[in-house]
Amino acid sequence: MGLIRDEDAAEIRERLKEMVSPVKLVHFTQELNIEYGRQTRQLLEDLAALCDKLSLEIYDFLLDKEKVAEYGVDKVPATAVRNGKDYGIRFYGIPAGYEFAALLDAIIEVSQGTSGLSARTKEKLSHVTQPIHLQVFVTPT
Amino acid sequence: MRLAHSMALENDNIRADCIEATEFPDLSTHYQVYAVPRTIINDTGVIEGSVPEERFLESVLRANGPKANDER
Repeated sequence: MGLIRDEDAAEIRERLKEMVSPVKLVHFTQELNIEYGRQTRQLLEDLAALCDKLSLEIYDFLLDKEKVAEYGVDKVPATAVRNGKDYGIRFYGIPAGYEFAALLDAIIEVSQGTSGLSARTKEKLSHVTQPIHLQVFVTPT
Repeated sequence: MRLAHSMALENDNIRADCIEATEFPDLSTHYQVYAVPRTIINDTGVIEGSVPEERFLESVLRANGPKANDER
């Protein structure tokens, strides 16, 4: 049984038509992390099945130490959105509700290789030379 | 949320986490998340609520240090 309803699936498929190049979701979970872990994994599997350009890789937070270090993951469930390059885009927790919309946005922007930010913002951002870590706290509703 | 991820996409020095607050209560308490969205910049800066692109950008540039501000 999937977590994405049929009517939602149709809408998501339509949205994912905006994708240009393939995108990979790299997901980290762990056996003990069952409260949201299983649901999150199921949701990502359902999502990845909706579009040929979207793939999913799953790693165990405790066992796959090398990948955990590579992606700098310090808590689970965690999901990275990337193409050939890792941009540092992460989701922690189940991407449901508000976060699901944000996940679709991230997938499409990564796929298109460019953000929807204004030209002015992009220009200003090009001057950022120090490491900046943004943590945005959200809730599903 | 979109702004943070978009900025991560545009600049390699920027990384952005979207965190489901209720699943990580300790972290939420640590960063005093009582309302969402709440954005923490490099552990110290805060953006409260949803703000326009301009204001989000200003906060990020401030975190980049005074040099970037001079160049604006």
